[in-house]
Amino acid sequence: MKLAYYPGCSLEGSARDYDQSVRQVCRAIDIELVEIPDWNCCGASSAHMTDHEIGMRLPMRNLLLAKEMGLDILVPCAACFQRLKAADKALRADPGYWDLKTYAPDYTIIHISTLLARVDILERIEGALVKPLTGLSLACYYGCLSLRNPRVTGAPDWETPENLERIVRAVGAAPVSWSHRTECCSGSLTLARPDIAVRLVGDIVRAARRAGATAIVTDCPMCQANVESRQLDAGGREAPLPVFFAAELLAAAFSGEYPASQQKTHLIAPDILSSCFSQPGSAREGTR
Amino acid sequence: MNSDRIAAEDGNQKFLHKLEVTGIDVHACFQCGRCSAGCPVADYFDLQVMEVVRLASYGMEDILLGSRTIWLCAACETCATRCPNEIEIAGLMDVLRSLALKKGITPAEPRVPLLHKSFLDSIRHWGRAYEIGMIAGYKLRSGDLVGDMKLGMQMFAKGKLKLLPHSIKGREDIRRIFSGKGKEYER
Repeated sequence: MKLAYYPGCSLEGSARDYDQSVRQVCRAIDIELVEIPDWNCCGASSAHMTDHEIGMRLPMRNLLLAKEMGLDILVPCAACFQRLKAADKALRADPGYWDLKTYAPDYTIIHISTLLARVDILERIEGALVKPLTGLSLACYYGCLSLRNPRVTGAPDWETPENLERIVRAVGAAPVSWSHRTECCSGSLTLARPDIAVRLVGDIVRAARRAGATAIVTDCPMCQANVESRQLDAGGREAPLPVFFAAELLAAAFSGEYPASQQKTHLIAPDILSSCFSQPGSAREGTR
Repeated sequence: MNSDRIAAEDGNQKFLHKLEVTGIDVHACFQCGRCSAGCPVADYFDLQVMEVVRLASYGMEDILLGSRTIWLCAACETCATRCPNEIEIAGLMDVLRSLALKKGITPAEPRVPLLHKSFLDSIRHWGRAYEIGMIAGYKLRSGDLVGDMKLGMQMFAKGKLKLLPHSIKGREDIRRIFSGKGKEYER
C-alpha cells in the first residue's frame, strides 16, 4: 500500500517523535508513505476561526499538490485532517473557490486511526507484534477534530468511536470504558487561557483515573501536548497520567523496545510503558 | 439603535443577509439547548451558545461582537454536531469573530485574537507554523511574558521546540492566499 503523507507542522515541531513513530509503524506493516512535496500549514484553528477565506485556501493548496500524486492522503494530526476535509468538501461543492473549472479527485483523506483500525491493517498489526503490551489499562482519548463535525469528517461513530480501542486491543492492552473520550481539552485556548485548559484537562484525567486507566492514549498531537502539560499545572496529590500516541505504542510493541530517547519526549514520566519492557523474560518470540 | 434592546425589528439586516449567504440558518433554532448543554467552555461564557444563536436570528450584531463567548469558543464543534437542526453553530462563531476583527471591535478577551494573529503571522512568513517564533510574537503582543515560562523551558530542554523555521518554496502561493485574492468569492 502506498499513501501520500501530510505530516503537518506539529509533527515537525513539538510532536516530532510522533512523526517518527508513524513512519516506523507504517514501514513495519508495509505501508509506503510519500510526503506531499512542499506542503504548507493547514491554518489550524487560528485561520478558520478568524478568516474564513484563509482558513479554506491554505489547506486547498495542499490538496492540489496531493492531487498530482494520485494517492490517498494519510494525516496523523486530527486538526490537519479536519481542515483538509473541510477544504475538500468546499472545493468539491464549488471548484471556483480556487479558480478551478473542475475538482473531483478520487482520493480519500484518511486520519491515522481510521487506517490503523481497518480489519486488514489490524491483522498486519497483530502479525508484527514482538512485545504485546499485556496488562496496560488505557483510556482511549479522541478529543474533537478527527470526529467533529461529522458532516465534514465523515466519521461514522462520532459520539461512540471505537478505532483507538480496536488498535489498543490489537496491541495486547486493555481499553477502559469511560466518559470523556470525545470531550474537548481546549487545546486551541491553552496558551491564551491556561486556566480553562487546566480545568478541562483535570476533568478528563480524573474521569480516566476513575475508570481504572493508568495512562491515556490519543491520536491528536494537540491533545497529547495539552493533556500532559496542563496536568503539571494542576498539581494535586494523585500521580499524573502520561499520554501516549497510539503509533508510539505500536512502534514499541513492534520493535520490542521503548528507547530512552522516546521516553524523554514525555513531560510526564512514561514509567507505566517502560515497565512493560523491563520485566525479564516477558518478551515474546516475534512472528516476523 | 439602542444595542441593549433585543427585538427582531431592530435587527441588523446586513448581518442577517451575511448569515443567509453563508448558509448558516440560525432561524432553524427552536432553543432545545443541546448546544449549551454540551459546550465544554460554557462556564466561562457571558452568553450561552443557545443565546448566541437566538441573538443572531434577531440580528443583534453589537451584543454578539462584544461578547467574551466568541473568543472563548474553542471551535470543538460539539454544538454544531449535536444540533438537531444541523445549524452550523461553530461556523457562526467563525463569522462573528472575523466580523469583530474586520470592524475593529475591542475584543472582550484580547489575548485570544493576539494568539491567532501571532500564529497566522508565522504561517504568512514561512508557509508553516514555527512554534518558537509564534510564541515569542504572542508574548510580546500580549505582554504575558512570564506565563508558561517553566513549560517552555521544559519543552525546550526535551528538544520539542525546533530552533529554526522551515521555509517552504511556494511562499508566493502563501502570499497570494493572505493577500485577499479570492475575497471577491466570499462577498
